[in-house]
Amino acid sequence: MGPLRKPGTPLSVVSANPTFPAGPQIHATLTDVTRIYPGSKGRPSFHALGPVSLSLRAGEFFSVVGPSGCGKSTLLDVMAGLNPASSGSVIFEGAPVHAKVPDGVAVVFQEDATFPWLTVYDNAAFGARRAGLPEPEIRERVEHALAFMGLKAFTQSYPVQLSGGMRQRVCIARAMVVRPRLMLLDEPFGALDQQTRLLMGDEMLKLWRDTGATVMLITHSIDEAVLLSDRIGVMSACPGRFIETIETNWPRERDSNTALDARFGELTARVWGLLRGEAMKALGSQT
Amino acid sequence: MNVAARWRTALVVGFVLALELASRLAWIDPVSFIPPSRMVLGAWQLLRSGDYTDDILLTLSSAALAVVMAVTAGFVFGVALYKLPRIRRVLDPLLMSYYAVPIFVIYPILIVLMGLNRWPLIALGVLFAIVAMAVNTLNGLERVPRVMLRTARALRMSPLAEIRLITLPASLPFVFTGIKLSVVYAFIAIVAGEFVLSGSGFGYRIAFAYNNFDNPSMYGLMLLLLLFVGTLNMLLHMAEARLYRRMSRAAT
Amino acid sequence: MSTVTSTTARELGTARASRSWSDGVILVLALLVLWQLCSWLAGPEVLPTPWRTAVKALKIVRDEDFPQSLEATGIAFIAALVISAVGGVALGLVLGARRLAGDVMEPLLMAFYALPKITLYPVVLLMFGLGLSAKVTFGVIHGIIPITVFTMGAVRNMPIVYARTALAYRLTPLDFARYVMLPAAIPEVVAGLRIGFSLTLLGTLIGEMFASQSGIGHMLMIAMARNDTETIMALALMLFLFATGVNLLLLRWHHRLAKTG
Repeated sequence: MGPLRKPGTPLSVVSANPTFPAGPQIHATLTDVTRIYPGSKGRPSFHALGPVSLSLRAGEFFSVVGPSGCGKSTLLDVMAGLNPASSGSVIFEGAPVHAKVPDGVAVVFQEDATFPWLTVYDNAAFGARRAGLPEPEIRERVEHALAFMGLKAFTQSYPVQLSGGMRQRVCIARAMVVRPRLMLLDEPFGALDQQTRLLMGDEMLKLWRDTGATVMLITHSIDEAVLLSDRIGVMSACPGRFIETIETNWPRERDSNTALDARFGELTARVWGLLRGEAMKALGSQT
Repeated sequence: MNVAARWRTALVVGFVLALELASRLAWIDPVSFIPPSRMVLGAWQLLRSGDYTDDILLTLSSAALAVVMAVTAGFVFGVALYKLPRIRRVLDPLLMSYYAVPIFVIYPILIVLMGLNRWPLIALGVLFAIVAMAVNTLNGLERVPRVMLRTARALRMSPLAEIRLITLPASLPFVFTGIKLSVVYAFIAIVAGEFVLSGSGFGYRIAFAYNNFDNPSMYGLMLLLLLFVGTLNMLLHMAEARLYRRMSRAAT
Repeated sequence: MSTVTSTTARELGTARASRSWSDGVILVLALLVLWQLCSWLAGPEVLPTPWRTAVKALKIVRDEDFPQSLEATGIAFIAALVISAVGGVALGLVLGARRLAGDVMEPLLMAFYALPKITLYPVVLLMFGLGLSAKVTFGVIHGIIPITVFTMGAVRNMPIVYARTALAYRLTPLDFARYVMLPAAIPEVVAGLRIGFSLTLLGTLIGEMFASQSGIGHMLMIAMARNDTETIMALALMLFLFATGVNLLLLRWHHRLAKTG
C-alpha cells in the first residue's frame, strides 16, 4: 500500500473532477468571502469574517495564523462547506462550495471527535463505511492509516483507553481513510501539550508528503505555522482579514528540526511583528 | 415572551379548546368528562364557598412540614453519603428501586405507630422526598470543582470557612434542585395518601367527590391542583434556572 | 491516560468488584438487623419480623392463585413498560433533535411530572373503565416522562463535534440519527430507563389497586384494608427485591456502556 501519489506529481492525475485542468494549479479559492451572522431581536448582526480572498495551490501546506476569535475557524468552515458564506464565492476543484461538504475534502476538528462506542478500527473506518466503500477496500485503507499513525497496537482499543494525542491520531487516520485531496485542520493539536504538538507536526508533514493532498491548517501557534507550512496567511483581529501572506520556502522533506534553521527565528519574528497589534486588539475586545 | 413560550401557550390553549369542543359535542363521554369551562366554574365556586379552605390549608401545612423535615434530614443524609463513598456505592441500586414500591402501602403500619391523624401522611411525604434531597445534595457536593477545594487549601482556610465560602455556594444549584424535587414529591405523596386512605385534606376531597359522582367538584378540585402545581413548579424552575445560570457563567 | 493502565484497570476493577460484593452483604445484614429492631420496638403485629415476612412471602408464592395475579400484573407492567420505553425514547429523540420543540415541551413535561398523578386516576377510570387498559395507562403516565426527559437530555448533551463530523463525512440525516445520535445517547437513555422502570412498576401497581380485581396491586389493596401487615410487608419485599434486581442489571449495562463512553 504505497502513497497516494508520488511527490511532485501534479494533483490533476488523482483529481476526481475531469474538468479540472492539468498542471501546477490552484486547488481551491475563496474570493471576497465574508461571513456575517444576521442579528435577531435584541442582538445586532455579527461580522465574523472577511472579506477574505485566498488561492490554495494544489499540494501545498498552507497555515492560517491569527489572534483568538478572529474568524480562522469560520474561514475553515466556509471553505469546507460547513458554514455558508454570506457573500463572495468558494470554489473547490472548479465547482462552487456552499452549504454542503464536497467530495474529496476531509476535516479534522480541535475537539475530540472519536466516537466512544466504537473501537479505534471502527472509528477510522467510519467515514469510508458511510460512503459505501466495500469492506475489503476499507480494511486495507484502515490498516494502512492506523499503521501510518502509529496505532497498529490499538486497533481493538476504545478511545476512552487512549490519551488525547492518540485520539486525535485516530481522527486523522479516519480522515486519511477517505483519501481526501484537501485536508482542513482546525487547530487539531490545540488540546495537546507542546511536545506532543511538535511530534504530531512531524507526523502531519509525513502524511502530507505521503498522500500528496493540499493541507490547510488553522492554528494560533506561530511556531507551528512557521515550522510546518509552505505559506502562511496572517489574519487580523475580528472580523478576520488577511494582513499578509508569507512564503517560507522550506524544502518539502522537512520536520521539526527546521526550528534550527536561522530563518525560522526571522520568520517567527516577522509573523509576530504583524500579529502583535492584532493580538492586543483581540485581548482588549474579549468579554 | 420568547418563541418557545409563545408556542407553548398556543399549544396549551389549543389543547384546552379542543377538549372544550370535544366534550361539548359529546365526542368524549359527557358522563366522565366535563368541559373545561365548567371545570373553571366549578373551581371558582369551590373557592368562593369556602367549604374547602380547611382541607386546602390542611394539605398545604402538612406538605410544608414534610418538606422542611425532608430537606433537613435529606441534606444531612446526602452529606453523610458524600463522606462515606463506600456506603454510597452500595446504596445506589437500592435508592433507585426505592421509588418502585408504592410507599403508601406502609400507611397502615404508620397509622398504628402514630395514630389516626396527619402524622402518618407527613411521614409518607418525608419518606418520599428524603431520597431525592439526599441524592441531589450528594450530586452537588461531588460537583464542587476540585480546583476550588485546592484553592481553599492553598489559602489555608479552616474547614468551616471552606464549607461556608466554597462548598455550599458551589453546590447550591444542585441542593436547590433537591429542594425543588422534595417539594414536588412531598406534595405528591401527601395528596396521594389523602386520596387513598384519609378523612381529610385535598386528596380526600377529590376521592370523595369521585365516589359521589360529583363531577363538577371533582374536576374543579383537580383543576385547582393542576394550576397550583403548575405555578409552584414554574416559580421553583425559574429560581433554579437563575442559580444554574450564575454557576455556568462563573464557569466560563 | 496511557494504554498501559488498561490492563491494570481491569485488575483493579475486579478487586473493586469483590469489595463491593462484600459491602453489599454487609449492607443487607445491617438492614436486616435494623428491621428486626424496629419490629421488636413496634411489635410484631404492627411490623412483622424479617423471618415472618420471608415465611409469608414463600406462602404467597406457593399459593395456587398467585401465578394468576403475577400474570395479570406482569402483562400490564410489560405492556406499560414497552409503551413507555419506545414512546419515551422516540419522543425524547425528536424533542432533543429539534431545539424549539424541546424548549416548548420541556416545562410542560416537568409540570406533568410534578403532578400527583393519583389525582388523574378518576379521569382515567372514567374513560377506560376498570381493567387492563386503565392499568397500562397508569403505568405509562408514570414512566414515560423520565424516559423522555433523559433521552432529550442525552441528545441535547451530545457533543456538537459529533454533528460536525457527520457533516464532514457527508452523512445523510437518517444515517446521522442511526450511526451517531442514537449510539451517543444510549448511556443516558439507559439511565432514564432505570428510573422509568421503577416508576412504571409503581404506576401499574397503583393502577391495580384501584382499577382491577386481579394482580399484585389488588392483593396489596386487600391486605391494606384488612390491616394484614404480614402480607403487605411480604409483597413489598418481593417487589423491592424484583426492582432492585432489575436495577442492578441495568446499572451493570449502564456501566459497560459508560466504560466505552
